[in-house]
Amino acid sequence: MTYRDEQLSEEKVFKDPVHRYVHVKDRAIWDLIAAPEFQRLRRIKQLGTTNLTFHGAEHSRFNHSLGVYEIVRRIINNFQDRPHWNNEERLLCLCAALLHDLGHGPFSHSFEKVFKLDHEYFTQQIIIGDTKVNEILERVGPGFSQKVADVIAKTYEDKLVVSLISSQIDADRMDYLQRDAYFTGVSYGHFDMERILRVMRPIDDQVVIKSTGMHAVEDYIMSRYQMYWQVYFHPVTRSAEVILSKILHRAKYLYETNEFTFKLKPTHFLSFFEENVDLKDYLKLDEMIVHYYFQLWQDEDDEILRDLCERFMNRRLFKYVEFNPNLQMNEWMELYKLFQQAGIDPEYYLVVDSSSDLPYDFYRPGEEEERLPIHLLMPDGNLKELSRHSDIVESISGKKRTDHKLYFPKDKLNELQDEAVKTRMKEILYGQGAKEDVE
Amino acid sequence: MLNNHAKLMQFFSVADGVTGRKKLQKMIYILQKCNVPFEEKYQFHFYGPYSEELTLRVEELCNLGFLQEEKEDKSNYYQYNYKITSTGEDFLDQFLLDMPDMTTKVGMLKERSSRFLELVSTMFYFDDLPLEENIEKVHTVKPKQNYSHEEIQEAVTFIKKLKDEDK
Repeated sequence: MTYRDEQLSEEKVFKDPVHRYVHVKDRAIWDLIAAPEFQRLRRIKQLGTTNLTFHGAEHSRFNHSLGVYEIVRRIINNFQDRPHWNNEERLLCLCAALLHDLGHGPFSHSFEKVFKLDHEYFTQQIIIGDTKVNEILERVGPGFSQKVADVIAKTYEDKLVVSLISSQIDADRMDYLQRDAYFTGVSYGHFDMERILRVMRPIDDQVVIKSTGMHAVEDYIMSRYQMYWQVYFHPVTRSAEVILSKILHRAKYLYETNEFTFKLKPTHFLSFFEENVDLKDYLKLDEMIVHYYFQLWQDEDDEILRDLCERFMNRRLFKYVEFNPNLQMNEWMELYKLFQQAGIDPEYYLVVDSSSDLPYDFYRPGEEEERLPIHLLMPDGNLKELSRHSDIVESISGKKRTDHKLYFPKDKLNELQDEAVKTRMKEILYGQGAKEDVE
Repeated sequence: MLNNHAKLMQFFSVADGVTGRKKLQKMIYILQKCNVPFEEKYQFHFYGPYSEELTLRVEELCNLGFLQEEKEDKSNYYQYNYKITSTGEDFLDQFLLDMPDMTTKVGMLKERSSRFLELVSTMFYFDDLPLEENIEKVHTVKPKQNYSHEEIQEAVTFIKKLKDEDK
């Protein structure tokens, strides 16, 4: 028997709070889970700083990756013997599902923005580079690792395989919505996944939904919409992300000045500061390491770095007010100057954060050939875009809700001695006589 | 603050109207590949490079009243057209943007079809591959578009012209 077909003598299961059990029978999958690059995902939280808002959100990318694998495994079981489905692609799909987030680093969204990184690039590098994961995949067959990398990059020739892992209703989203809802403890995010899996059909080069399952999909779309605004875009989480980004900017800036000496050489960060990160350095950095440095930097001589780290570690976050760049542009410029005048560096302490700064989306049908929408398979065999058939989805996807918030350290403002400056700042931030205690 | 929004506004100001979201997506990607410093993150999707970040940012610009979006019903689908508003021009005037002049490139892109720009952006996406492999990859990832030899040659020439603009 070849390694590709090798099965474990006994099926292994992982107990899982979302899917009850994750089933593993393939030797290759079992070996991939044990690879150090995959085990590293245990040390990277799925939701980054969200645990500062929802304390239960401590789940890792490891949990999520197993969940996505399990959903794809169930979909493939349902697809067996259906037209358009090629069962030769089974192991490829399972590997791609398991490894799709392999290149995520700690707090990857902030790290990517500050250090100009791309986790998809590192996913590719881990899969095709000199790693244990690559060794296992190549044991399946020569060139197999490249195929897995292509599926994850969405450039694989069989689009049906790609759409299982990545589309508007894919295993990735179905897992993270339910998992994030479970661990944050919110009541949104739940939908009837079993029903959706039953009505999924492989058609040509995409997965579509039998029209009789439309209501289950509506529920999924609603969940996605609510999780987007209630969890992913939560203003307190965004405050933590703002501080995190500013810590990274400050540390990088201090390193670049050549005039500052860190008390402990930030060895793990050096290639990040120099924007010259190789795979080896990248794999060494996890959340444990990042927290270790943030802990140390609370005792650094630089006041800004010290303060920002202390805020992050002790959840002393920035406050926020709604901000409309159209109406408040002049006020923002005045505020910027007042911050400078008060000795509070606005580059670090006055930050506008927009909904487009975050890596989540909600369903939009889009324009023809802009992005593949969710298609319903109608009784006559035709395909119809979901929002053209569902009033609920049409209503949600037609709304273009966006938002911008202005973050600042309220405690620093309160400590200001210059009453005139302080009063004017507060007038701008809260409006005259407006309520201050936005939490 | 809102620098990335301002960069997009600069583009809309130069383009003086863009017809279709798909075209917009491909135009920004191609300009990015031609060293115009847009920072929207792109991934490969069913129809080539696509940026969710760009979609969201354009929505924000519309909600702020800086862009006017016009929705056209094309029976099977909607098409969205964009134009900068006077409020948008005022917003842009407040920024001192350090952007290279993109007038010629935007003009070249604007007169092309979205199908052609999809081809060009896909070729740019795989520009680390030698030309032969790049073309093979285009046929692999876009079998349905069925790009002809002539179209691909035209895209190669077009990319060369765009790059020459940078010199």
